[in-house]
Amino acid sequence: MSFPWAEQYKPKHPLMRWLDERLPLPRLVYNSVGKGYPVPRNLNHFWNFGVLAGLALTIQIITGIVLAMHYNSNADTAFASVEHIMRDVNGGWFLRYLHANGAAFFFAVTYIHIFRGLYYGSYKAPREMVWMLGLVIFLLMMATAFMGYVLPWGQMSFWASKVITGLFGAIPIVGEPIQHWLLGGFAPDQATLTRFFSLHYLLPFVIAGVIILHIWALHIPGSGNPTGVDVKTPQDTVPFHPYYTAKDGFGVFLALLLLAVFVFFMPNYLGHPDNYIPANPLSTPAHIVPEWYFWPFYAILRAFTFDFILPAKLWGVLAMFGSILLLFFLPWLDKSPVRSATYRPKFRMFFWILVLDVLILGWCGGMPAEEPYVMISQLGTIYYFAHFLIILPILSWVEKTLPLPNSISESVLGETAEAAPAAALAKA
Amino acid sequence: MAAVDTSEQAEPTAEEGGVRRRDFINIAAASFGGVGAVAFLFPLINQMNPSADVLALAQIDVDVSSIQSGMAIKTMWRKQPIFIRNLTPAEQAAANAVDAGSLRDPQTLDERTKEGHRNWLITLGVCTHLGCVPLGAAEGEPKGEFGGYFCPCHGSHYDTAARIRKGPAPRNLEVPDYEFISDTSVRIG
Repeated sequence: MSFPWAEQYKPKHPLMRWLDERLPLPRLVYNSVGKGYPVPRNLNHFWNFGVLAGLALTIQIITGIVLAMHYNSNADTAFASVEHIMRDVNGGWFLRYLHANGAAFFFAVTYIHIFRGLYYGSYKAPREMVWMLGLVIFLLMMATAFMGYVLPWGQMSFWASKVITGLFGAIPIVGEPIQHWLLGGFAPDQATLTRFFSLHYLLPFVIAGVIILHIWALHIPGSGNPTGVDVKTPQDTVPFHPYYTAKDGFGVFLALLLLAVFVFFMPNYLGHPDNYIPANPLSTPAHIVPEWYFWPFYAILRAFTFDFILPAKLWGVLAMFGSILLLFFLPWLDKSPVRSATYRPKFRMFFWILVLDVLILGWCGGMPAEEPYVMISQLGTIYYFAHFLIILPILSWVEKTLPLPNSISESVLGETAEAAPAAALAKA
Repeated sequence: MAAVDTSEQAEPTAEEGGVRRRDFINIAAASFGGVGAVAFLFPLINQMNPSADVLALAQIDVDVSSIQSGMAIKTMWRKQPIFIRNLTPAEQAAANAVDAGSLRDPQTLDERTKEGHRNWLITLGVCTHLGCVPLGAAEGEPKGEFGGYFCPCHGSHYDTAARIRKGPAPRNLEVPDYEFISDTSVRIG
């Protein structure tokens, strides 16, 4: 689980030795996030975002458990119970705003975490499992966030549950029975709300479980790094503690500061005012959009407007799910042996075009379903799939990459440092 | 790692008793984080306190005009039973005949009722032992050996001033804050 030069856990206190022989939990912590986990010395701040995502999940679970003490998953009283939290419960407004903005925060840091992985080739061997488990977490997050959004039982909640379960209605033959099964009825109602609440409470713990697998899989080869060059000598690493606990601590400080700005000064900025209107099955809001973190996928869903062998509705659903499922095959679509975009100038250019493409898709997803947004969505969707299915496979064959540094320490210290590690090794 | 460790050791440790700048930074950062964590803990704990809508129910007005002498009613205040009892002259006399100093929780009837309304005994219907509702307020319920209230859970007997006389309860039935806003109306809370 680590490099041979990792520091060994040696409990000094007799009580800790006693514990170590029976339940080596402190040893696990020491070897995972302590001095016993050597990490490449050159990680930049983009490596903060995994920890930040874990922090976001922790915030969501803590505030969520507390909100569940006051929330009422009854279709008649759910909306009122959320207002009760906002007005009557001590500090309830803070807890709810933290939970609502915490979800947005969770997605924001996760998207940066994913794009970090795309830029630095974190999905490549030997870290394919890390990448795929991460995608599983991402899918679970989307399900959890969607069901959580339904719980306040406002207008957007209601129509989100109707529209999203309607996606499954696109599946031929079995679609409609599946939709009715998901809803527990013909339209969202009491049965829907109760099951969504139950699952919304369950899934974060499933996410926590998959995160443990994600980190476990990561710690087999160890963390990647901005050069993409493997760790070779002790000079390439520093212990996780105190070096990265401090660096992550600083990142956590800045991230919480940003989250606090939203929670305290613009708590409804990312929300939608229609969700402060109680659910009304007889009236759909004029402009119905999901939360911002679903916009790119929403744009892909809406990009298919014409029947081609299959109905347009089915194409949209397939493309939307496909846009994520596609990423499971990324380690085999991009065969370039060079991991980091730093040494792949063409890949780097296409990476930034992809970022722009996803941002444009997101922008279209937040706009009404009319021209020119539909056409832009269509072009954006084509490019998204082309990036992964055409550009990356070709690029990995034809691209001329830049020379890699011999080692991480060489990239950090420059050529002149070559002698120093040798001397240090001799000393050791 | 050797290279890194030596650099740390090579840092000047001098000055006062080997205290390094890094020690100060560590303590300052940990303290900052600690204060933040405690501040975050406060709303998480405070949310379990009674909410504003619960506190809003903490005051009720009761019309006592229909309670005849010797009768009692049960009502609800803060989701707890309240006994309002119109004492007969005989019951008042029985309560006053007792030497308060000899009681487990020494109180006179006058201390437990309001000036001008000595016949109105208003108490919580919550046994001070473990919180059961004593019997004796409703018609036909046993009133215990002292003619007041009797708690069936563990056998506490209260007298006509609702003072504990026999059994495990430590204190008299609690008298809530209340005032007569007219001759027939009481505001509790």
